[in-house]
Amino acid sequence: MASATDDRSVSTTRPMGDATRDAFGRALEALGADFPEVVVVDGDVGNSTRTEWFALKYPDRAYNVGIAEANMVGVAGGLASMGKTAVTASFACFLLNNAFDQIRMAVAYPKQNVKLVGTHAGISIGEDGASQMGVEDVGLACSLPGVTVIVTSDGQQTRAATKAMLEHKGPVYLRLGRPKAPVIYEEGAEFEIGKSIRLREGGDYTIVANGMMVSMALDAADVLAKEGIDCRVVDMHTVSPLDEQALTDAASETGGIVVAEEHLAQGGLGSRVAQFLSATIPTRMAFVNIGDTYGESGDPAGLLEKYGLTSEKVADAVRSLRG
Amino acid sequence: MALEAVSLDSDGLKAKAKRIRELIIKITTEAGSGHPSSSLSATEVVTALHFGGFLKLDPKSPRDPGRDRFILSKGHAVPVLYAALCERGYFTEEQIMTLRKLGSPFEGHPNAAKLPGMEASTGSLGQGLSIGLGMALGMKADKTDGHVYVLMGDGEIDEGQVWEAMAAADKYKCGNLIGIIDVNGYQQTGATDAVLDMGPLAKKCEAFGWHTLEIQGNDMNEVMDALKKAKAETGKPTCIVSHTKKGAGILPLMEKWGDTNMHGQPLSADKAKEALEYLSKA
Repeated sequence: MASATDDRSVSTTRPMGDATRDAFGRALEALGADFPEVVVVDGDVGNSTRTEWFALKYPDRAYNVGIAEANMVGVAGGLASMGKTAVTASFACFLLNNAFDQIRMAVAYPKQNVKLVGTHAGISIGEDGASQMGVEDVGLACSLPGVTVIVTSDGQQTRAATKAMLEHKGPVYLRLGRPKAPVIYEEGAEFEIGKSIRLREGGDYTIVANGMMVSMALDAADVLAKEGIDCRVVDMHTVSPLDEQALTDAASETGGIVVAEEHLAQGGLGSRVAQFLSATIPTRMAFVNIGDTYGESGDPAGLLEKYGLTSEKVADAVRSLRG
Repeated sequence: MALEAVSLDSDGLKAKAKRIRELIIKITTEAGSGHPSSSLSATEVVTALHFGGFLKLDPKSPRDPGRDRFILSKGHAVPVLYAALCERGYFTEEQIMTLRKLGSPFEGHPNAAKLPGMEASTGSLGQGLSIGLGMALGMKADKTDGHVYVLMGDGEIDEGQVWEAMAAADKYKCGNLIGIIDVNGYQQTGATDAVLDMGPLAKKCEAFGWHTLEIQGNDMNEVMDALKKAKAETGKPTCIVSHTKKGAGILPLMEKWGDTNMHGQPLSADKAKEALEYLSKA
């Protein structure tokens, strides 16, 4: 159920749309008919991850194995080895952190067709506090060979990514958020795994962002434009594999890159972009993330402000690259 | 050749078990590492599954979707599986002699992505039953009549995930799932009772809603009988608590050598020669 805090959880000029978890849940439910091999394995949080909507429509294709993420992931791996497209979802932290070795053994290492969906990612979940916040999940998922990692920014992109994820053969991690997400894309906008989206042209600097920070990046670019700074904005929705061409273009055509993400400083999009560019086109970079720390309880907007995930911080990061 | 089970008579099963034991010793001694003693304890069970009329497989088409599944959850005992699949016609003796060598698909623990016949990647203990449960649920969903067999060690059931899987298999009444616990009494650092005493195993399995059988797992007749009963039970999963001896087949030699556990120890060339001679006279 949407609450008032959901609506004010992201400080942005854009209108609020569906939470990405809601968009995923509706898309999965709708795609159930076109993808008869899809089954869902739930660790008793289906009403939070929204896989419940699929389960209610297709009860014979849904399994709730209780509060047991390790077993949940193993069961998904077993179902995938029987030819099913197994979607298993939990809060990002319980899925990646709790069942990491099971993901390694039952999904990544044998290359099984399992779709891992982590909801409630980042600090924007708010009051439930740090134990519920997946802030290491992208780093963990990217550390697994062969796992495609996707972080979506709004409802439309999530719906399209859900379909692309089901069509893709192999392990995928899809990272979703709890609160309502600002609208970035028009209905029907296309999505291709591994192909980033240039949302704004610009020749001075590039802001590479994903998830909720895409909206902040666009707002920051607006502010900077008034100062005469021309920013390109790239939605790097797929973190693994990275869109290396887009990064090469940004590094060669603009004067520096800011990477903005709702994740720890280490292991996520920023780390991956920096690693790629340092070996190809060393580039001045700056990073916007929560740093090297855990979050805490609080209202989402207050948390985002306190932990530095605002358009102002993104703009400051771009300004820091000058001179 | 289509999917079929291989059914040997009692003498044939005993001869096959002996041959599998020979291969276990040969390949681990050649590798210079590995877990022969844990492989030997499970030899009757694996032999019965492959040659006692249970696992419907096609070595020419090892990924046939209609096949039965066998998961070696105690992945360190993979020599017994390589040996059985070699005898089944999946691999040659020459191939499995590359065990643990660089570039060989016969890794120290099963790798499902690399080798047909490895139904799950195992070796991180406690995970096989969950994967087997997923396979059993898949068979039920597709209304196919295969079975999933999962062989676990008595050490690895320390892992809580095993009991998560037990509870879920009971919930979904997976009569096509058969778990076998190879109770050989040892885990890495010592006797299972001393490391973590799991108490009365059969009662625990029963309490989790499983049809439970308790047998002497190095007695081929008891193994065959239990597997038949397990297959006949269609309303709920079956667990076979299989009491075995680590190093079964060459245990008197292990006693003479002064170590009845030998976890993770291959036999030296001299000991292997002695063991193969012992087996040939058994």
